[in-house]
Amino acid sequence: MARLGYALAAVLGLAAVGGGAAGMLGREWTLAVPWLVPLGGLELALDPLGGFFLALVGAAAVPASIYAIGAAGGAARGVGAYLVFVAAMCAVPLAANVMTFALAWELMSLASYFLVLHERERPESVQAAWAYAVMTHVGLACLLGGMLLLSAWTGSVRFADWRAGAPLLAAGARDLAFALLALGFAGKAGVIPLHIWLPLAHPAAPSHVSALMSGVMIKLGVYGLMRAGVDWLGGGPAWWGTALLLAGVVSAVVGVLYALVEHDLKRLLAFHSIENVGIILMGLGAGMLYRQAGLGGLALLGLVAALYHTANHAAFKGLLFLAAGAVVHATGTRDVERLGGLIKRMPWTAACFLVGAAAISALPPLNGFVSEWLTFVALLQNTQIAAPPLNLVFALGIAGLALTSGLAMACFVKAFGITFLALPRSDAAAGAREAGPAMRAGMALLVAACVALGLGPTVVLPRLAAVAAPLAGAGAPARPALGDWLTVQLSGDFASLSPLAIAAALTLGLAAPLVALRLAGASRRRRLYETWGCGRMLQTARMEYTATAFANPFKRVFDFFYRPAKRLDIEFHPESRLFVERIEYANPTRSIFEDWLYRPVLAGLHAAARSVRPIQSGSANLYLAYILVALIVLLVFA
Amino acid sequence: MIAGAALGLLQVFVVAAGAPLLVGVLRTLKARLVGRRGPSPWQPYADLRKLLGKDAVVSETTSWIFRVTPYVLTASMLVTALVIPVLVTRPPLGFAGNIVLLMYLFLLGTFFLALAGLDAGSAFGGMGSSREVAVAALAEPTVILAVFALALRAGTINLGGVVERVEAEPWLAVNPAHLLAFAAFFIVMLAETGRLPVDNPATHLELTMIHEAMVLEYSGRYLALVEWAAAMKLFLFLTLLANLFFPWGVTHLAEPVPVALGLLALAGKLAVLTTLLALVETSVAKLRLFRVPELLAGSFALAILSVMAVFLLR
Repeated sequence: MARLGYALAAVLGLAAVGGGAAGMLGREWTLAVPWLVPLGGLELALDPLGGFFLALVGAAAVPASIYAIGAAGGAARGVGAYLVFVAAMCAVPLAANVMTFALAWELMSLASYFLVLHERERPESVQAAWAYAVMTHVGLACLLGGMLLLSAWTGSVRFADWRAGAPLLAAGARDLAFALLALGFAGKAGVIPLHIWLPLAHPAAPSHVSALMSGVMIKLGVYGLMRAGVDWLGGGPAWWGTALLLAGVVSAVVGVLYALVEHDLKRLLAFHSIENVGIILMGLGAGMLYRQAGLGGLALLGLVAALYHTANHAAFKGLLFLAAGAVVHATGTRDVERLGGLIKRMPWTAACFLVGAAAISALPPLNGFVSEWLTFVALLQNTQIAAPPLNLVFALGIAGLALTSGLAMACFVKAFGITFLALPRSDAAAGAREAGPAMRAGMALLVAACVALGLGPTVVLPRLAAVAAPLAGAGAPARPALGDWLTVQLSGDFASLSPLAIAAALTLGLAAPLVALRLAGASRRRRLYETWGCGRMLQTARMEYTATAFANPFKRVFDFFYRPAKRLDIEFHPESRLFVERIEYANPTRSIFEDWLYRPVLAGLHAAARSVRPIQSGSANLYLAYILVALIVLLVFA
Repeated sequence: MIAGAALGLLQVFVVAAGAPLLVGVLRTLKARLVGRRGPSPWQPYADLRKLLGKDAVVSETTSWIFRVTPYVLTASMLVTALVIPVLVTRPPLGFAGNIVLLMYLFLLGTFFLALAGLDAGSAFGGMGSSREVAVAALAEPTVILAVFALALRAGTINLGGVVERVEAEPWLAVNPAHLLAFAAFFIVMLAETGRLPVDNPATHLELTMIHEAMVLEYSGRYLALVEWAAAMKLFLFLTLLANLFFPWGVTHLAEPVPVALGLLALAGKLAVLTTLLALVETSVAKLRLFRVPELLAGSFALAILSVMAVFLLR
């Protein structure tokens, strides 16, 4: 029964891919059922941008659902919520008026809330779901505020009317609407400092749901930012783009820094989602800045980079979450310090995780590299805007992106190396078994997507350019020159890229040393022996480097950010201090955002709640008196 | 087409065959500077030959990652040799990518090497990996900003375009922005190729090493490949320094005479840079590991200054 449900979700995903692809190719489609819901009725519309995100949701749902058939093992819990979740995510990019959007958005949030509560026996899950519910509804309140303001000012709840009406609004009104909508959408996208729910909620859900939440649900926040900032409100002044670009830089760098010191495999991946949303926002922010400066071609490039990275992140993060889920499934732990040696026990999962890790680290010729390259090329051309402060912002973005990719590579060396290589660090890891065929099939689909998106930018880019062209503003070429089948050629001679040529050259480069060694008459024998250990007697897992130790250089370099607290408890033998009975060492990091932002806000809320508590006595007579007073006050003012 | 392929092969051959000689010359120079006679400059070839003849001893803890890594590393260097302007401004694979590609090709090698360091399960390997990726990650922003400063003038980030642009205006080579970028890139080169004061290529004391700790488990032909790739990385970085900042002699003609002259010019520039490197390496002491980020932050500041200088002086 449960398997049937997941199969249904896969079919739904396929249908979404088909519909979305049609939308990307320019097929328009609308559906209006006025009587179904109040305030404007149900209204769906398909356009290229919506089509792209619809196809993305579908393309991520197919492998995740196939994987779930194997991973859930027939357990019924969560199937219904999963189906609703996928369907609601398909509806969000199609929604064409406020009511439809709010319904789809809230349905998506509620369904994912129940999925986060999957293991409701565990207190962490309950806490995570609580944080998620609060943050998502704060976001919803911002969104509804912005949307209601726009509806009131333009006199319509249909998004299509906003497109025409918004440019006529006063600048201040547009700024306010943008700020509210951007806050709401950025909260869903996990942009720092609104990210607080993300590393709690994503790991708590089952892995196929984590893959969808990280892969596509937070992307619908990006969809909202694009829709609101560029489509409805038409780009706006320079500070919109600047704010998004800076938010992107901060999210990317801070996200990856948190990931580096995180040793819970799924939380680590969740922090990388924050990082990648940051990279997407860099492209989007750059696109909006170029659009504002009237540089349509570059605006298009920025938006295309953002869209490409959106698709890529869905592929590799989905893959990584599924592979991490397979590890958790096999070992029962998410703590990398208790894993190790899995490459020998789960070779397929290890290979899939390796592909995902290489892709997210932007190593050529996989997909992450292509979109980060595009983002770099978009950022590097900022000299065409003649405004030194903006150029400095761009330079910051360039440096931030470079640092992010370096740190991401370091983090995935840790994640893959400690989890899969060397000796197992616990019995659970030693006894791990390879994932089943359905789970492997789900991962294999995403591996194929990572490779295809990496090798095929010459095919993908024109499609994405068609999606982004209507959003790029004045001066955007309808059919931009993007090079030929082999090479992507951007902005004339500014930059070119050919992943196919790189892949071919790398293949030759792998073969060349093999041939050269043979010709040089090198020895071809290999002797197996134990690891050299300075004369140490035996090699056990205790001798291995740990994830904590691996991340320590970063902890020291960035200690102003991590603010690590050191605790060392030593219990000596009662007879002599020369003998130690027990040592306990902890080196936890502290979150700036929790300490300096959320804790004061929460403390303020608590204080406010306490100060109004005296009026709540529980006596019915008193409440009747309140009603009377309220009535009189209303009558007086009316 | 054929001329292009021949040029590509020639570039790869120059890098692959010249790299051990560069390392040998550097070692000899360093020895002379501290008053030793030192080995012959040809010694690295003999070392490689000896290693190739030996059986590889592989830890039984390792997986296929460990055995594949030397090949991936070598492949990434060979591809780099096809992309950057070693002898001609537009090498056969120059269209396939630009400086951003180079950055990530080097990261590809580092990624696999760091994984291999963890694969044997010894603490030394893990320590080396951790330090290597830390240095590599912190060096990235400087690389890209230094090149951004060059690209700002050239109007392109394709390496060939940058070289042609600087060639067209020889006075650019003494421009302050240019020199700042050069200094920044030089420091990054020290870090990326594991030279003093960041790492000590001559040490075999476990606790101080970075690169050498990571490759401690390698032996035989695997070690030969790893050492050869490290030599190529040094060669490529010095070539980048030489040709991006001082592109004299790099030709855009695919004909024998200009290419031969280009080879001579490259040899001359590399000799100068190698001497500079030897002087730096003999005159500074190794930094403590946790002082290295300060050095890299310094190089980052130089790169930012260089970008600003371009904006101010245009």
